[in-house]
Amino acid sequence: MAELMAGFGVFTHALVRGIASSLPKEALRMSSADVDLSRARHEHDIYVGVLKHKLGLQVIELPADDTLPDCVFVEDAAVVCGDTALITRPGAPSRRDETEAVRKALKNLGLNIVDIADDTATLDGGDVLFTGREFFVGLSKRTNQRGAEILADTFKDYAVSTVPVCDNLHLKSFCSMAGPGLIAIGSSEPAQKVLKIMQQMSDHRYDKLTIPDDTAANCVYLNIPNKGHVVLHRTPEEFPESAKVFEKLKEHMLIPVAITETAKVDGALTCMSILINMKSNTQ
Amino acid sequence: MTTETGLETEVKKELKQTEEEPAAPEQKTQVQDEAAQQQQVDPKQEHKGAEKTEERSNNKETLQSATAEQPSGEQNTDTPPSPKPAIPSAQTSPGVSKKGKEQAAGKGISRFLPPWLKKQKSQSQVEPKESLGREDPVKEEGYVQEKSEEEGRKIEVGGEDGVDKPAEDRRSLPQDSKADEKEEKHSINSAKTEPAKEETRKDTLEKDADLEEEEDKNGAGEEIQKMIKEEAKVQKPELKAEKSPEKPPKKMKTVVCKVMMLEGTEFPFEVEKRAKGQVLFNKVCENLNLLEKDYFGLTYRSNNDQKNWLDPAKEIKRQIRSSPWQFAFSVKFYPPDPSQLTEDITRYYLCLQLRQDIASGCLPCSFVTHALLGSYSLQAELGDYDPEEHRVDYISNFQFAPTQTKELEEKVIELHKTHRGLTPAQADNQFLENAKKLSMYGVDLHHAKDSEGVDIMLGVCASGLLVYKDKLRINRFAWPKILKVSYKRSNFYIKVRPGETEQFESMIGFKLPNHRAAKRLWKVCVEHHTFFRLASPEQPPKAKFLTLGSKFRYSGRTQAQTRQASTLIDRPAPYFKRTSSNRVSRSLDGAPVVSVTNHSLVDSLAAEINGKGDAADKDNAEEAGTPFRTQMELSPESKSKSLRIKGENIYVRHSNLMLEDLDKTQEEVLKHHASICELKRSFMESTPEPRPSQWEKRLATTLPPMTLGSLEEEITTILLSKESFSSYLTGSFTITAKRAAEGAGAKTPTESLSLSPSTWSTEKTQTRTDGPQPDARNITETSDEKQKAEMGEEVEVVIEETVIEEIRRTAKLKNSPDMTKSPAAAIPSGEGEEEKALKEQASKANTSSDSHSESEDEADYHPQLVKVAVDQIREESEENDEELGKESQVPMEHPAEGILLPPPPEVQGVADEEKQECKAHGEDEALSSPAEKKTEQEAEKTEELKVNGEVSRSVSEVNTQVIYCSEPPVVKTEIVTISDTFAGQKTDISTTEVPIVHTETKTITYEASQLDGSEDGEPGILMSAQTITAESLCTTTTTHITKSVKGGLSETRIEKRIVITGDADIDHDQALAQAIKEAKEQHPDMSVTRVVVHKETELTEEGED
Repeated sequence: MAELMAGFGVFTHALVRGIASSLPKEALRMSSADVDLSRARHEHDIYVGVLKHKLGLQVIELPADDTLPDCVFVEDAAVVCGDTALITRPGAPSRRDETEAVRKALKNLGLNIVDIADDTATLDGGDVLFTGREFFVGLSKRTNQRGAEILADTFKDYAVSTVPVCDNLHLKSFCSMAGPGLIAIGSSEPAQKVLKIMQQMSDHRYDKLTIPDDTAANCVYLNIPNKGHVVLHRTPEEFPESAKVFEKLKEHMLIPVAITETAKVDGALTCMSILINMKSNTQ
Repeated sequence: MTTETGLETEVKKELKQTEEEPAAPEQKTQVQDEAAQQQQVDPKQEHKGAEKTEERSNNKETLQSATAEQPSGEQNTDTPPSPKPAIPSAQTSPGVSKKGKEQAAGKGISRFLPPWLKKQKSQSQVEPKESLGREDPVKEEGYVQEKSEEEGRKIEVGGEDGVDKPAEDRRSLPQDSKADEKEEKHSINSAKTEPAKEETRKDTLEKDADLEEEEDKNGAGEEIQKMIKEEAKVQKPELKAEKSPEKPPKKMKTVVCKVMMLEGTEFPFEVEKRAKGQVLFNKVCENLNLLEKDYFGLTYRSNNDQKNWLDPAKEIKRQIRSSPWQFAFSVKFYPPDPSQLTEDITRYYLCLQLRQDIASGCLPCSFVTHALLGSYSLQAELGDYDPEEHRVDYISNFQFAPTQTKELEEKVIELHKTHRGLTPAQADNQFLENAKKLSMYGVDLHHAKDSEGVDIMLGVCASGLLVYKDKLRINRFAWPKILKVSYKRSNFYIKVRPGETEQFESMIGFKLPNHRAAKRLWKVCVEHHTFFRLASPEQPPKAKFLTLGSKFRYSGRTQAQTRQASTLIDRPAPYFKRTSSNRVSRSLDGAPVVSVTNHSLVDSLAAEINGKGDAADKDNAEEAGTPFRTQMELSPESKSKSLRIKGENIYVRHSNLMLEDLDKTQEEVLKHHASICELKRSFMESTPEPRPSQWEKRLATTLPPMTLGSLEEEITTILLSKESFSSYLTGSFTITAKRAAEGAGAKTPTESLSLSPSTWSTEKTQTRTDGPQPDARNITETSDEKQKAEMGEEVEVVIEETVIEEIRRTAKLKNSPDMTKSPAAAIPSGEGEEEKALKEQASKANTSSDSHSESEDEADYHPQLVKVAVDQIREESEENDEELGKESQVPMEHPAEGILLPPPPEVQGVADEEKQECKAHGEDEALSSPAEKKTEQEAEKTEELKVNGEVSRSVSEVNTQVIYCSEPPVVKTEIVTISDTFAGQKTDISTTEVPIVHTETKTITYEASQLDGSEDGEPGILMSAQTITAESLCTTTTTHITKSVKGGLSETRIEKRIVITGDADIDHDQALAQAIKEAKEQHPDMSVTRVVVHKETELTEEGED
């Protein structure tokens, strides 16, 4: 598996977007908690800094748009795989316009842009888990079957399997890739259930990294030249137990990143960036 | 037989002679084969008597003239060993006498052949024979027969081989290995060609009549072919050398099969009309110089334009039916890791297939992947990018994607430039490494609907079954997760192992567009599972693979075996040209895209020729039937042979495949199965089936040939001659019992019980019989709807029970001392108990009913199924169960027939559906009652019968002596009036048949009185279950024995299916009646619960499939 996924996690670029000042009040959320905007922005700066300076990615920073309170979560606006970018149609109507700026930026990068023309389709990037060999798409409140179909149509090389997501906002609210063939998965029952489904649906074998806290199971994996496996994960302060699990990844370069504020509006580590490998264009 | 033996000796002598001649041992060429063939054939003909001599001379003349007619230019142009010249000699050979053989050889190509070549040829022929020695004597006999036959055929076809081989051989001259393999192939072929015997006979008979005509035709066809060939030669000499199957004229009933190769060109291959798929496939592979052929197969398009796999084990003619003899060579099993293939040539063909898949859109890929794969294709075929040579449009002849854009082409070129230095083989490797990652790589898609009627796709692949909705994968069932796959009518079912948290298996059903689609899917599943998942096709029980009662199974090698075999390939990488034609990908409809070379011209010419060949073929076909029969009548000796041949045709297919059954409680059952499987295998082995080549044999562990062949024949004879049935059966079943005993070892009482004859059904019958037979009609008529409903249920449960079960039981008892209860004691007592139990049940109404029988609709049914069905019921019973609702239609149909049964309302809908289905099938298959006098009986019937059995659409539960007859609406030919005592001993049925009817299908069910009509379907505990299938020449017997314990009562049910196949000379009714009668006499205390008869009569030769 690892061999087959040799190129997995290799990225050269990252697309991020600033935090709108409207976020604390208007951003969609499942719970109600006060968001400290300045702290959120500070954390976001650190996040971007890690990508840019620590990992050496070329980071494209889009300015925040205050009319789009959730715009910081760029992941939902596009799914990039190889040199193709599928511009999504977010399930939340208030977020549909977020795709515009993202689309433009990705287009400027030279990616092949695919749009969703179907008005009935909804797709949030947060529901799309790419394992390197295939896609899993969570059918959630934000993503429907049609959206998944379009994703499958866009990335024809890969199997696209759907998994139901009932108790969480997104599929990646409780899972993510933590390495080639390694799925970080929350320990909650719904999360484990989803993992089972994914394992059943897949032709490939995945290792799993069970993370005590579901939300902490969302981490960012990159394969950076000279650094090898890199995982951005939630800090021990936020999730001490989960951090311990990550720390067992001996071969990984671990970078704890705090996102306490954006997490209050259901943000996760993967949500705030779109990772792109421009070298993949020639395969 | 005498004839054959004589033949053999003669042939051997001849061969020896030839052998002694100094020949370079390594070089075995087809030419040799030809010579040998001639020799062998000749002796046979000599038997025919003096008149033949004249014929021969005639033939010779014609042949000669044909030779003379050949464009001299061609001969001149050709290098001596060139294939074409070979043709004439090939033609000649059949008619040539022994003495003349040399001369004949001198006339044809052989003239141009160096002497050593000729000799070698004969040698090669000899060797296969020697290999025979290892085989079972029985086989050998057949072999010889076949061989001579095949040779006869080969002579005609010889041109083809002769053409190809010399070139090939020269390529591989120094290697023994290759030659060996070839020989092995030959032997395989011959083993499989049994049907050919008939042909020969027929042929000889007909010879006077048609030979000359045929020759003429052939001559004409030949010429055309030559022209074509020449064209081809000029255009692409190399290609031609590699694959130029020439079809020579026919002395036998041969057919030209047009095979679309992966390069996109069509080649004609000539095979005997009755040849099995394997023969053609071997020819094609030989032509392709392909050794790792297990990954490949031939497809044909059925009338509904569905792609079907040609079953190597079955006659081609039967499979394609009325479709043209047109095939496509394709990859059947896509190796998940192509790098593990041994030979580059194999990878090359896989690449060709994938390019085709990609260009046709069957294998979806992204733009980038299209470009990348395309660039590797270019590299493989054109080599390094050369700016001089490769102008902008150099790739326009290639198709890289379903819709190819300029952008894509540019990208391809761009990538092509980066592959500098890759050899063709490396480029192919890269191609495959990328292609194999595609999610749809190797996925065989089938349209279906889920239980809610939603359109889905089912994809069968190496790892299991995938379920797609639109383009999304919505489920996946890995092979280890699937316990069983089955189909019933247009429904396809899989039984899935319970998950960690689940307690029961679940049965998941899908609706396919039609019955054939369901069957096709099922077969593909069986094959893929076997190929990818199993170590060997026939599996010991430990491996947990059980094919129950289904005669269909994957007969080739598994991936494991073929890999192992490949390690023995020891030839230098064969040279093959990556032809430019490869670039042309054909559109799906087969319209060839013309590439650099003028294939179109060649194709059209070929088509013409083929057309002619077809016409000739038709003629042959018309003539075919009668001579054959005549032959049978002529010599009693030959009768058995021809019967045997028919035996081949028997193909029982139960739709169920038991995959890995891990249920612990079923261990015993599994043991039984093991023995059964073995038994079955032995049965099957005794019938001529395609056998693995020697090459395979080295690797694949096959059972030593069994001596059971005699068993089959015994049974056959019994049925045919109506001799004392019991004794024969006993004898035959002794073997069975022994085997079972062996397999089981020391068995628990329950197991032995299962073996014991007493079935609850039987007992039931007894009970019924004890009392005077109730007037079935009255009962039925008076019966309320409830009863009907019950009947419907019952139908599902009981499939077919015939007397034979009882017989069998006796045999077993006698033969299996292992059983806890001694046969004598055990059985009677058991019966008594059971009877009691039955009576009790009867009083209770339904107490003892099978779990299946109860449920009327599927909803009820499923849960039960989950609990009980899995293990209890073997294929058919299970099928029936699944079909519950549908089966109930039967009552519906009765009214139409004049039997008054108010159908239960619920049932009606289903019935209608069924009827429709019947219509659909009716065209091809006909169910008929055994009771009817059979008018037309053809060998094919058997197959059909079996098929119907699976389908078992019209099994109805009726009271004793009531026969329900359901006829497919399409063909109404018979009116059956029913009144009879049970068991078909005497059935008064007035039959009116319209001979013109294409096919007929009839089902008649005899039911004993209704004990089980009122069963509550409480599922009992399954104690054991087993299925035994026995095949004989014209009969196939499948026995399901289910033993279950319910509420302290043990029930044993034996369901037996007997398929009688035969021509008009067999009175099926009588055979059946006899069997039943015998059984009854033997066991007066037993009775038959139900007899369901499916009769199929075909006027035209059709295979099911």
